[in-house]
Amino acid sequence: MEIDSGNTAWVLTSAALVLLMTPGLALFYGGMARSKSVLNMLMMSFSALGIISVLWVLYGYAIAFGATRGGLFGFTGGLLGLDDLAPDTVTAGLPDLAFAGFQLMFAVITVALISGAVADRMKFGSWVVFAALWATLVYFPVAHWVFNFGVLQDDGSFADGTGGWIVQRLGAIDFAGGTAVHINAGAAALALVLVLGKRKGFGREPMRPHNLPLVMLGAGLLWFGWFGFNAGSALGANGTAALALVNTQVATAAALLAWIGTERLRDGHATTLGAASGAVAGLVAITPACAAVKPVGALVIGLVAGGACALAVTLKHRLGYDDSLDVVGVHLVGGLVGTLMIGLVASESVAGRAGLLLGGGGGLLADQAVAAVAVCLYSFVVALLLAFAVKAVMGLRVSEEDEITGIDQTAHAESGYELTGIGAGGSSMLAAAGAATARPSSVEVH
Amino acid sequence: MRLVTGIVKPFKLDDVKTALESFGVQGMTVSEVQGFGRQRGHTEVYRGAEYTVAFVPKVRIEVLVDDADVADVLEVMAKAAHTGSIGDGKVWSTPVDEVVRVRTGERGVEAL
Repeated sequence: MEIDSGNTAWVLTSAALVLLMTPGLALFYGGMARSKSVLNMLMMSFSALGIISVLWVLYGYAIAFGATRGGLFGFTGGLLGLDDLAPDTVTAGLPDLAFAGFQLMFAVITVALISGAVADRMKFGSWVVFAALWATLVYFPVAHWVFNFGVLQDDGSFADGTGGWIVQRLGAIDFAGGTAVHINAGAAALALVLVLGKRKGFGREPMRPHNLPLVMLGAGLLWFGWFGFNAGSALGANGTAALALVNTQVATAAALLAWIGTERLRDGHATTLGAASGAVAGLVAITPACAAVKPVGALVIGLVAGGACALAVTLKHRLGYDDSLDVVGVHLVGGLVGTLMIGLVASESVAGRAGLLLGGGGGLLADQAVAAVAVCLYSFVVALLLAFAVKAVMGLRVSEEDEITGIDQTAHAESGYELTGIGAGGSSMLAAAGAATARPSSVEVH
Repeated sequence: MRLVTGIVKPFKLDDVKTALESFGVQGMTVSEVQGFGRQRGHTEVYRGAEYTVAFVPKVRIEVLVDDADVADVLEVMAKAAHTGSIGDGKVWSTPVDEVVRVRTGERGVEAL
């Protein structure tokens, strides 16, 4: 088949945009953590870039987009190592390699999202192992459920029984990954922190973000990259991509306003962190819905997501789990809002099915709920088992002393900021005079 | 000789500095510190959660003075730092045995 250069150009560009979201997320999380943990936050995202990219090429793509086994997972031997994908292997005008590269970026950021919940205290090696296992057992199969439409036939339809169960059999709508990415990562984050436990001082010490300009920079990069995530999921330079782009913008803007408005009423101040979190909540919620609603529907989804997530981030204090940087409050809750609201405000003219409030009855809402609950439960249960397994074999937490000293220093032998002389190896007068404690040249691995 | 130390609200630093200069004090040392007195800390709300902030930011001002000026300097500092609300801070003095000016080697009152 002939390659469609316009579509291919847009998908390749989108892949690069989505790639940038993970370093953006690293900065977003890094700024929200305390100064002694900023590098560990960055490293959890960057290690996901390393591990997941390798696993995706080796076998992740084969599981997510190989021949289906009952709609639950895929496997095609020839896709191991992307071996069968030649430059001229083309589906519907798009090289399969472009699609595989685009989807690779989704796998990376989904895993990186989880890391926000475990700030300050998770052993780096245990994170790496957990990330690899969770991607293998949860993300790759769930991507199959949601993103594998099946085998394309000559008439343009997908052959029955060849796709993932959520997208093909259930027919739920998840355009760019509200279930597969956000509910999936949020549920895993919740399970992981339940096993990992709270940070020392959680609920007593403020644990405020140490660098809000970094948070804003990260949020800006996420917002920018998200156009590749959502509009790129159209897999073509077309009207659907344009609709997704506009819907993404308006939902994000509305959620930003809803979050800072909620904060102003509740706490008395509209905060920078609230503006950044609100934008991300809007991006999360519109992800599954960006091609299923009209712009006003997207606006409503954004408003609801901004308000709901602003309220949801206080749940951890009431229920007593330490989801450090609000992965559950923003991604799980935002993902649920977006996925379920498709069932309310989907527009028949763009989605093919109408939501409950637009005269389509409750059928779509029920399908959306089944998809959301299935992904949430599967991810939570498997993540819980993996967390217990990793804890039993290699431990999950750094020692109390290392946690208080700071995980950057103890796990990575570095510090984010060389501003003071004593104990930090900086270039102050004290250090020059030899008063600073020399940094150990090797750091014990715990 | 005495060391006069004041712990005052940060925004009052400029007033205290100006008042001490007008009085004729030759030098001072200032540092940013944190602590609490009878007011204890205070509570803050951030991202919907309430926290107790135990140590409140203050400024410490230290001035070396001749015995004869101690009462006046204490009064000048206390007056300049006064707002009348809780957390205004304290000023106090402590005895100083000896002072040496590093450049000249002058000692005692000569070194002030």
